[in-house]
Amino acid sequence: MDRPQYPSTYKRHPNPPVVIRNATIMTATGQEIQGGSILFRDGRIVSVGTTVDAPADAVVVDGTGKWVTPGVIDTHSHIGVYPAPGTWAESDGNEATNPVTAEVWAEHSVWPQDPQIPLAIAGGVTTIQALPGSANLIGGRSAILKLVPARSVQEMKFPGAHYGLKMACGENPKRVYQNRGPSTRMGNMAGYRAAFIQAEQYRRRWDKWNKDHSGDAPTRDLKLESLAEVLRGNIFVQNHCYRADEMMQMLDLAHEFGFKIRSFHHAVEAYKIADVLAREGTAVSVWADWWGFKEEAMDGIYENAALVQQAGGIPVIHSDDASGIQRLNQEAAKAMYHGRRAGIQVTRDQALRWFTANPAWVLGLDSIVGTLEPGKMADIVVWSADPLSVYARAMQVYNDGWLVYDRNDPAHQPKMDFTIGREP
Amino acid sequence: MIAFLLAQTIAITGGTVYPVSGPKIDNATVLIRDGRIAAVGTNVAIPTGATRIDATGKWVTPGLIDGAGNMGLREISAVQNTNEGTLRGNEVAAAFNVTEGLNPASTLIPVTRVEGVTTTLAVPGGDLIWGQAVLIDLDGTTIEAMVAKSPVGVVADLSENAKGAGGGSRAGVAQRLRRIFNDALEYERRRTDYSRAQMQDLSASAADLDALLPVLHGRLPLMVVANRRSDIETALRIAREFKLRLILAGAAEGWEIADKIVAAGVPVLVQPMDNIPGYDALGIRYENAALLAKAGVKVSLMETQTENSRNLRQQAGNAVAYGMTWDQALRAVTLTPAEAFGVADRYGSLEVGKVANVVVWTGDPFEFSTGVEHVIIRGKEISLRSRQTELLERYRTLPPKY
Repeated sequence: MDRPQYPSTYKRHPNPPVVIRNATIMTATGQEIQGGSILFRDGRIVSVGTTVDAPADAVVVDGTGKWVTPGVIDTHSHIGVYPAPGTWAESDGNEATNPVTAEVWAEHSVWPQDPQIPLAIAGGVTTIQALPGSANLIGGRSAILKLVPARSVQEMKFPGAHYGLKMACGENPKRVYQNRGPSTRMGNMAGYRAAFIQAEQYRRRWDKWNKDHSGDAPTRDLKLESLAEVLRGNIFVQNHCYRADEMMQMLDLAHEFGFKIRSFHHAVEAYKIADVLAREGTAVSVWADWWGFKEEAMDGIYENAALVQQAGGIPVIHSDDASGIQRLNQEAAKAMYHGRRAGIQVTRDQALRWFTANPAWVLGLDSIVGTLEPGKMADIVVWSADPLSVYARAMQVYNDGWLVYDRNDPAHQPKMDFTIGREP
Repeated sequence: MIAFLLAQTIAITGGTVYPVSGPKIDNATVLIRDGRIAAVGTNVAIPTGATRIDATGKWVTPGLIDGAGNMGLREISAVQNTNEGTLRGNEVAAAFNVTEGLNPASTLIPVTRVEGVTTTLAVPGGDLIWGQAVLIDLDGTTIEAMVAKSPVGVVADLSENAKGAGGGSRAGVAQRLRRIFNDALEYERRRTDYSRAQMQDLSASAADLDALLPVLHGRLPLMVVANRRSDIETALRIAREFKLRLILAGAAEGWEIADKIVAAGVPVLVQPMDNIPGYDALGIRYENAALLAKAGVKVSLMETQTENSRNLRQQAGNAVAYGMTWDQALRAVTLTPAEAFGVADRYGSLEVGKVANVVVWTGDPFEFSTGVEHVIIRGKEISLRSRQTELLERYRTLPPKY
């Protein structure tokens, strides 16, 4: 397969060097620098600290009274695949025609003119994982996107990012397919296993052919291709799973077939098995406080992320929601302070990592984004106040060094085509 | 048990008191007796035997009032058997009062009140006319013990969601609503003819028409869900025609016609954190609450998701972040909704004689860093336990303690 496979055409937007001066800089590497400066050029962070030399051509941003953090990263978004205005016409998130649709790719549904995109940008978000929905046992590949205005999803695809594979446990698949199966949790498990048994054989066939090139190449199967890439470790499993006991079943499944679950998503009961999750090295992408909207979400508690942190796991605050994605900082703050009030030690840096460095790890991008360190991509948010305060708003958002949003400058407030000509 | 139920005398001392009805008072005492607020101020004599709560360094406010949701009517939204808020099969359910659907044992009630929300509206769902909303305090072992006011208003929908009840057209919705109102008045004039079956068919049952009469005589508000500017204007127009007392709920594009809402004197319930555009409200934006308040509209804030009612304070904080003054926002979750719901004589502020719904916070109630230290509902201190705090204790250290 030498021809390009739906490549990213993302290009960094040219931008002069920028130095932000005299701000409180939260690096997500354990430091909170008072009166700090950060210089970035050509999309890369050059230096961070209290004494930063800037070139003469650098744009100087006065950060007095402001906070600076890495760009916000959401491991669980349906932006683009379930766009506003929420009509059937653009709802392309669930290929709910078969319980296993590993062959579909979310990027082929993403509508880059989704008016939710600029709203999320204004919330400081710079990278998202756009996932298929959770109707299916295996819903398809995710798209890892730079959240920038673009004409095509290809221009948003994060270069070199690993695809995710959306899998879903519990109520959703067994409800959607109750007439044809699966209609039970044991049916769910049998469905995943049947799919991966096929994938193992497919992988063996292709691995052999790739080695010896003897005879005709095996027939390509898009579904099994995605699953084989999971088995090879090239695609990360992103698993919607609420209940602790079901997560344990999914870990058994992963052990049976020799793959890793990169992150459980929603995982309202992660705190019940926080020790196991830490041992497995599986992250948990959770809400701060969503609970109770369905039976498998009944046991959600505020302290979930904090307890996972305490156990040595990898908590992530995710949104799964076009509204929530605009304030992941607030949700992390809620989870941190509730944890603290319950006597669980959580540092501000850890809480910041819940929506920056940890989600970067879940997407396999932690060497590129998620912290403010020299050499990292210049995905940077300037906040009006402490980002762990309810009153903080993102004032400026830089994505790969490009000023994609400035609250005080309408010239840097991107609008999608959908919005044009419809404003009051 | 009887002794436990007897109202206590409680003195909350030393805190910064936000009465809402007046400016904040530093180092003040709130005295609570027999379920009511007995005194507020810096020079309050504390009776011997009073339970003292030291609120030094703390903030003391009225309990928050959430003017939305299905509290007590819904245990798990996706589990139909646990939902009581919708009378199916009746698009004109004006007589449907949700009170007897309330479940005082709902797990949502403790989860919500330990975060400082002490009073919520319990709103029915439905099609065109949903039924009667009631106001409840989040404590009480019986329905009677919880209800603060019933009914608060009759709820009607003029948003796009109601179109099915209007033949698929907003015009049809408005016309049907007028026909129902006219029929109710006709029914009132000709009850005898009706009972003798000497009338043409009416557009709703006698019970539902009867239930609309307090609304049509201005004794009970009509709460109208409307978001699009033109829908809000339709609500104002119909209210003028029938001389109704209107409360607007949603009002996502209200900021575009704030002047008209002010002129009509109509209170508005807003959810500040809504800004996702849909065809029902393309003009939806975070600044709505602030712009309405600035124009002089009586704005109350709400959290419409029942299980998230405890996030009312986050709604308020965000309203402030997007331009509301802090004082306006506190009023918008206490006294302003109490006024809108006709209970300001008993609720919404820390004033002598009012129902003692009081919260002691570690700081600014809208901030995430702030915790709830004490919740008092109807003069009784509430345990800060909920099913969620018990789950925390069970799993705080692993393996769990079974």
